[in-house]
Amino acid sequence: MATTTDLRQRVLPVAAMALAAVLIWYLGAWVTNAPGAIERVLAPAGIPWNWQDLLKATTGMERPVLPAPHQVALDFWSSLADWPVDSPRNLLYHVAVTGETTLVGFVLGTLLGLVLSVLIVHSRTLDKALLPWIVASQSVPVLAIAPIVLVILGSLGFSGLAPKAVIAMYLSFFPVTVAMVQGLRSPQVIETEMMHTYAASRWQSLWLLRLPAALPFLFPALRVGIAASLVGAMVAELPTGATAGLGARLLTGSYYGNTLAIWSALLMSALLGLALTSLVALAEHLVLRHRRQP
Amino acid sequence: MTLTALKTVPPAPAGNPEATRPAAEVRNASVIYPAADAPVKALSNIDLRIEEGEFVALIGPSGCGKTTLLRVIADLEQISAGTVLVNGVSPHDARMARAYGYVFQAPALFPWRTVLANVMLPLQIQGRDTAKSRLIAIEQLARVGLSGFEKKYPWQLSGGMQQRASIARALAFEPRILMMDEPFGALDEITRDRLNEQLQQLWQKERRTVVFVTHSIAEAVYLSTRIVVMSPRPGRIVKVIESPLPDERHLGLRDTPAFMNVAHMVREALADGHHD
Repeated sequence: MATTTDLRQRVLPVAAMALAAVLIWYLGAWVTNAPGAIERVLAPAGIPWNWQDLLKATTGMERPVLPAPHQVALDFWSSLADWPVDSPRNLLYHVAVTGETTLVGFVLGTLLGLVLSVLIVHSRTLDKALLPWIVASQSVPVLAIAPIVLVILGSLGFSGLAPKAVIAMYLSFFPVTVAMVQGLRSPQVIETEMMHTYAASRWQSLWLLRLPAALPFLFPALRVGIAASLVGAMVAELPTGATAGLGARLLTGSYYGNTLAIWSALLMSALLGLALTSLVALAEHLVLRHRRQP
Repeated sequence: MTLTALKTVPPAPAGNPEATRPAAEVRNASVIYPAADAPVKALSNIDLRIEEGEFVALIGPSGCGKTTLLRVIADLEQISAGTVLVNGVSPHDARMARAYGYVFQAPALFPWRTVLANVMLPLQIQGRDTAKSRLIAIEQLARVGLSGFEKKYPWQLSGGMQQRASIARALAFEPRILMMDEPFGALDEITRDRLNEQLQQLWQKERRTVVFVTHSIAEAVYLSTRIVVMSPRPGRIVKVIESPLPDERHLGLRDTPAFMNVAHMVREALADGHHD
């Protein structure tokens, strides 16, 4: 019974939306590629063509404006199947590079966010002094910050992973900080007073009450944070000369007008993002499994 | 009296006091909240002496300062004037020496801890050995009738069971004073009666000093050896009634003329305080 309900309430709507998306995608591919297909494929051949030839041509071009889904799927698959994992032609190689930056940046950002939120919650002065700057930091576009960070850290002798991780951290610490400030302040008066009657130290109140109480606030922020870290990692790959990583792959694809490569990299980064957020969701489920679901 | 008091006082953490020393002593204490127009006198010139082993109920209408008085003794609120001593020292020192356990209106159990871990919390804060704390917590839960619920989470327990767990937590480190701020106020009457009976039996066994805030006359009369009747604006004590009821009590006592007589005295005192 549960499976029937699941099928009707979850699987069917998702499947219907996916089908609609694929149809719209094909429609888009036909429309956007038609002029190019006529000009470069059908007209030069010099023989009469009908609408079926046009449909076929629009979905089989080498550099289409919008590649058809099956083209992207084939290119995606060939990059995984036809090249060794350590080859730059294999998308998994780029996933490893970007994934490493994302995770390092995410861990650093989470730690920074935790430290900042603990400082802010425990000091009224820091609350007043830090929070406006933290909010302001996020209004500076990461695309403007990234080259500066790379140049400065590069001049200090940091290259490769470190500068990219710093940029990923820059994006991911913010949601963690904001959510943890709220979460650490979430215990009720009665709970703090109870710790007070036990003569608990500040550190004990933090460890035994505030931090566990903040966990339900932390995990949604981590999901946002890891996605932001992925964006930061990919943006950081752009100004470095673009040799490795999904961001670099996107950039080289657009240099050479290789739309198939762009779409494959896009698909791969979406899958990576999905995998990373699922990982956080799994951790959330494990950590909070005993708490009552509201 | 002296003999029983000595025999039944729970083990003291430091220094055995002389038998005459009160568990709590409030002398001429006032609590005034500053306000823009007229300062609010939450407590005015309170004098109260609570002996060791007593069960004292503070009763009165809302706003009479009964909870404030309890919070003053527990160092959760500061007095504006006067003196307060708990076990002969200031409320702050008494709190730091873990002299009392406090039961709030709500159970305030941490939802991320099992019932057992919740009861172990104060012991953990005191840095006690985990294995020993576990044994103590299991024993405390048995005392409030919660054996078998150690591994449950708070939301799996009924309201009455949660409050019992919070009493076990307050008693975990064997404090010499137990302070309770309307602990059964949010519970239904049937649960409340049962918990009153259990609390009474617990006190019978241990004769630990209890200070109990309530707005229920029946609860105050049934539980306490002394009833402190308070009145609002300004918060003050209007009458202290020594209960003539026997120490051995059961719920049936509430239908006896003696019980009704005490309840009547309390009601009169409350009415007097209101009409001043």
